Amino acid sequence: MAETTLETPVETHRPRRIKWGAIGDHTVLILGALLMMIPPLLALTTASHDAVTIHREGLQLTLGDNLGKNFHAAMFEKGGFTQTVDGTLMLMNSFILGIGFAMGKIIISMMAAYAIVYFRLRFATLAFWVIFTTLLLPLEVRILPSYEAIQKLGLTNTYTGLIVPLIASATGTFFFRQFFMSVPEELAEAARIDGAGPWKFFVDILVPLSRTMIAAIFIIMFVFGWNQYLWPTLITTDESFFTLVRGIKQIVLSYTDSQIPEHGQALALAIVAMIPPVAIVVFFQNWFVKGLTESDK
Amino acid sequence: MKRAGFDNIWLPVALLLPQLMIIAIFFYWPAGWALQSSFYLQDPFGFGSTFVGGENYTSLVGNDQYKRVAGFTIIYSVLVTFFSLAIALLLAVKADKVIRGAKTYRTLLMWVYAIAPPVAGFMGILFFDQSTGPLTKFFQMFGWDFKLGVDYNATATAMVIVAVWKQIPVNFIFFLSGLQSIPRSVREATMIDNRSATGRFWQVTFPLLAPTAFFLLIINITYALFDTFGIIDALMKGEPGNNPMTLVYKVYLDGFRGNDLGGSSAQSVILMVLVLLLTVFQFRLVERRIHYT
Repeated sequence: MAETTLETPVETHRPRRIKWGAIGDHTVLILGALLMMIPPLLALTTASHDAVTIHREGLQLTLGDNLGKNFHAAMFEKGGFTQTVDGTLMLMNSFILGIGFAMGKIIISMMAAYAIVYFRLRFATLAFWVIFTTLLLPLEVRILPSYEAIQKLGLTNTYTGLIVPLIASATGTFFFRQFFMSVPEELAEAARIDGAGPWKFFVDILVPLSRTMIAAIFIIMFVFGWNQYLWPTLITTDESFFTLVRGIKQIVLSYTDSQIPEHGQALALAIVAMIPPVAIVVFFQNWFVKGLTESDK
Repeated sequence: MKRAGFDNIWLPVALLLPQLMIIAIFFYWPAGWALQSSFYLQDPFGFGSTFVGGENYTSLVGNDQYKRVAGFTIIYSVLVTFFSLAIALLLAVKADKVIRGAKTYRTLLMWVYAIAPPVAGFMGILFFDQSTGPLTKFFQMFGWDFKLGVDYNATATAMVIVAVWKQIPVNFIFFLSGLQSIPRSVREATMIDNRSATGRFWQVTFPLLAPTAFFLLIINITYALFDTFGIIDALMKGEPGNNPMTLVYKVYLDGFRGNDLGGSSAQSVILMVLVLLLTVFQFRLVERRIHYT
């Protein structure tokens, strides 16, 4: 904005130059947008063709007439190795993982952050370090021992085993700690003078105050949980616990093993796996961007 | 901690307990166990284990395959980080400049963030298909017999391209928000001092973006090391063979398919140390960031 207000008087003598510059900017942006848009769009158009066409000619630029058929087959026909899982079940599992992870993470980390920020505790510093050390090591680094732990607890092929170990990292706690620190001191003092206990202050004042933050972190965590791959691959061997993202490889492999690979159906499934996280990010993009850029500082 | 804190004792303990328990069971126990088993040699049939000291580590150092994987991981991280940062920076600078359609561009450029890595990898398989893939044909135009899953360099190239594509949105979002936080007064002052847009960018905007870029550097290295697992797994179609892979993929492969518990744990510990070093580096940068503002 600032640039145009300043540049206009200078550039009035040479109106052409500013125009070329703007055209260049738009060209770069359009090329960038195309780069990001084309692969998923081609996946969609290709998903509308029958298996033979895709097998012979690869990706398709035009819409065919098998879109409904492929989506129907992907969602309702049992596939996979044991023929027990369909797209609908995997979609449900993906929602359980995404929502369960996001909610669990928010509740647990808000409580912990509240305890660390608002209470005079002798071991607060110790708790802080014990919790924040977890920021250092992502799950992928300790994947094998984490799997062993889950196995010893008998939690393989359960939603608990799928969700809870992913929560064992302090990203959410760190995020809420930062936010609580920025809440004015006077608020807690005023609440205390008015006779509100710590629990009442938390539930009636702090939680409503954090609504935007909660929404932002929910979006990020939902997408993170939905897109998990390595952990669900290890923990769920029973196909009825497959999420879309975890199941997609198995499904692709079992499709490609056949004479003519059912790539249309596999692509339809891939598109179903993309839609919910993409929709939530696009519709709530202001919250999402705010949460992303502020949580990592 | 707030000055006006509450004095209650049992409430904070109860509030902290769930988080501490989850961390203890799913973080400290596994991490400690990895450290311990990295010093043992596990019997492949599950009959106990023997203490071998640092043998798991020393055998890694002398292992050619491990060196090859480590080498690939470094090249891969550098390429993915560099290209995704460079493309995202260019797009963010342009998106910050335009007035018309700024919001539409932002949406179109960031939504790929939400696509899961293995799904991106699966689309990559079709783009790099041996007989019909459009990008395969593109490389063949230059006389490169591009064979995904067969030719080491071809598979590596496909992995880099998909990983860069998937990472552009995050970098774009951070660069754009960094650009937009540059105060109006600074922009106007440089406008008066420097007529050339390129000069303005390198002399003023880029240094002001440096903290964001440093921060993104760490984020991108971490991404290339860990979050690309799904892309790599999808593109090699579950057949490691002679294909390139990253260190994390090898931890998975040795631990879960090769049943080499000790070796896999030693690799895990090496990765932990690597991440710790990166984090220390990052914390020092965060301190620098505070001094900037």
